[in-house]
Amino acid sequence: MPDQIEPIAPREISVNDVEFSQVVQNGPKGFFDQLKGFYVTFITMFKKVNTVQYPEVKEPTAERFHGRHQLNRHEDGLEKCIGCELCAWACPADAILVEGDNNTEENRMSPGERYGKVYQINYLRCIFCGLCIEACPTRALTMTNEYELADETREKLIFEKSDLLAPLRQGMLAPPHPMYPGMEDVNYYRGEVKGSHPSQDINK
Amino acid sequence: MKSTAELIGADPGWIIIVKAALVFIVCVVLTIMSVWGERRIVARMQQRVGPNRVGKFGLIQALADGVKLALKEDLIPAAADKVVFILAPIISATTCFMAFAVIPMTGEVSLFGHRTAMQLTDIPVGVLYVLAIASVGVYGIVLAGWASGSTYPLLGGLRSSAQVVSYEIAMGLSLVTVFIYSGSMSTSDIVAAQGKWWYAVVLFPSFVIYCISMVGETNRAPFDLAEAEGELVGGFHTEYSSLKFALFFLAEYVNIIAVSALATTLFLGGYHALPGLGFTESWLGGWFTLIWFFLKVLFFFFIFVWLRGTLPRLRYDQFMQFGWKVLIPVSILWILVVATLRVLSMQGASRAVIMSFAVGIVIIILTINILFENAKNKKKNMLVTPAAPPSFAVPELPSQITSINVSQKAGDHA
Repeated sequence: MPDQIEPIAPREISVNDVEFSQVVQNGPKGFFDQLKGFYVTFITMFKKVNTVQYPEVKEPTAERFHGRHQLNRHEDGLEKCIGCELCAWACPADAILVEGDNNTEENRMSPGERYGKVYQINYLRCIFCGLCIEACPTRALTMTNEYELADETREKLIFEKSDLLAPLRQGMLAPPHPMYPGMEDVNYYRGEVKGSHPSQDINK
Repeated sequence: MKSTAELIGADPGWIIIVKAALVFIVCVVLTIMSVWGERRIVARMQQRVGPNRVGKFGLIQALADGVKLALKEDLIPAAADKVVFILAPIISATTCFMAFAVIPMTGEVSLFGHRTAMQLTDIPVGVLYVLAIASVGVYGIVLAGWASGSTYPLLGGLRSSAQVVSYEIAMGLSLVTVFIYSGSMSTSDIVAAQGKWWYAVVLFPSFVIYCISMVGETNRAPFDLAEAEGELVGGFHTEYSSLKFALFFLAEYVNIIAVSALATTLFLGGYHALPGLGFTESWLGGWFTLIWFFLKVLFFFFIFVWLRGTLPRLRYDQFMQFGWKVLIPVSILWILVVATLRVLSMQGASRAVIMSFAVGIVIIILTINILFENAKNKKKNMLVTPAAPPSFAVPELPSQITSINVSQKAGDHA
C-alpha cells in the first residue's frame, strides 16, 4: 500500500544546533618546542626497558588470569563434576564435550547420581572467556594460570578428562570409591566433607 | 712531508689490491654492525631491548638475517624484464661501495712495511666522483621499479628517484662552498685544509644543508616516504625477494655509511682528531686516526638513527617543497655570500670591508624576514575578518577554526 507511506519531513536542524563545548586547538608548536622530541627519545635510551626475556624469565600472571581449565575434586578425592553439560552449553566457541554417566555402588566417581564420563576441551576452539566456569553448578570447573598451551598437532590440543583433572592432594583417595560414611551428596556440596575416611579405601 | 696524492701515487699494485679488499671488508662489516646497532638503538629509544638472541648481544643478527634472505625463494615476476631486473640491484649495491674509494680514512700509516694512506685513490675531482657515483646509484632504483613490470614498484621507483635527484641538487650546492673555501675537490686536500677549523664551524649553513639533504638522499626517515614501511608495500623493491632484496637492503645501509663518511671528510675534519687531541694522531703508528674517522662516521650514523626514532614521516608534497623551495634557494644564496667573502679576502680587502659586508648581509636577511612575517600576519588578519555575517548557518572556513567541538554538554550552544 504505497499511498500510506508518508514522506519524511525535512529536519529543521542545522550544524549549529548540535550540542557542543569548545576545545582550544593551539596549532603547531614553535621550533624549540619541537626539538623536545629529540630530548625525549635520547633520554628514553637510558631508561629501564619493559621487555621480559620470556622463555628464561617468566613473570607471574594476574591472579585471576584465564589459563588452562582444571576439574576439581572434593576433599576425599571424589570428582566434583556431575556431567550436567552446563559448561558445554554455555561455551560460545563449542569447545567443550561432556558425556555423563550414572554412578553405581561399584563405580562411584562423584557424589550423587551422575558423573562426567567423557570430558574434553578443545584448546584450538577455546577463547578463554570463562563462561563455562560461571555456568558450573558445583565449582568443578575452574581455570588455572597456566598459559603455555602451544603444541604441534591438533590432536594434542584436545585435552581429555585425564589431562584436566586436578591431582590428588594429601588425604584424597583416587575414585572410584564410596561416599564418606554417613554423608549424602548434599553434605558434599555444602563442603562438610573435610577429608577421606579409612572405610572409603576399597582397594586396601 | 709528502701530500697524500703523492703518497698514494707511489703504491705498488699489491698494496692497491690489499687496500681495495680492506675498504670492501670495512664497508661490509660496518654495514652489518650498523644494521644491528640501529635496531638496538631504536629499540632503546622505544624502551625495548632489540635483537639479543643471535650471538652475544645479538651481534650477528644481521648476518643471520642475510643468511635467511639468501635461503629464501628467488622470484622473478613473469612480467619483469629479466636482464634489467637482475641488473638493478647489482647497480645499486656496487655504486655505493665505489664511493668509498676516495674517502681518506687515515693519515700517513705503514701498511705491510709500506708508507701509504688508507685511501684507495686520490683523484683531483674526488668529491665530484662521489656525487657522480651517487647519481648512477639512482639508476638502480629507477630500473628496479621499471623492470618489475608492476604498477606499485614503478610508482615507488619514480618517487624514490625523484626524491634522490632533488636532494642531490641541494647536496651538491652545499658542497660548492667547501670547494670555494678549500680551493680543491680532492678529498685528501679538503681534509688537509681543515687543519685549523672544521668546515662544520666555518661553513655552518652548508653543513646543516648537507646533513638534511643526506637524509633525503638516502631515503631515510623522516624522508622515507617512498618506501614507508608499515604504510606502503615497499616502494621500488616490492617485487624483489631473496638475495636481490638483500642487495638493496645492503645498498641502503652502505649508502648511509657513505654519506656519513663524506660528511666526516668534508665537514668534520676527516680522520683528524678532535681539537686539542692532536697528539693522539701519531699513536699506533698513525693508525689511531682510523679510530677518529670511524667515531665521526658512527656519530653521523647515530644522528640518522636518532632522527628515525624521533620524527614522523613527511608528506610527499611537503618534502618536495622543502627541498626545492627552501634548501636549494638557501644554498644558492649562501654560495653567493661565501664566494663574495672569499674574493674580497683574496683581493686583500681590509677587515673593515669584509666585516661590513657580513653585517650588511645579516641586516638584509633580517629585513626580509621581518617583511615576510608582516605579510604573513596581514594575510592571517585578512582571513580572520569575515566579509559580512551570513543570514544562514554556515560551517567555519578551515583557516578560521580556532577550536573544535567535541562533547555533548547540554545548553552550551554557540
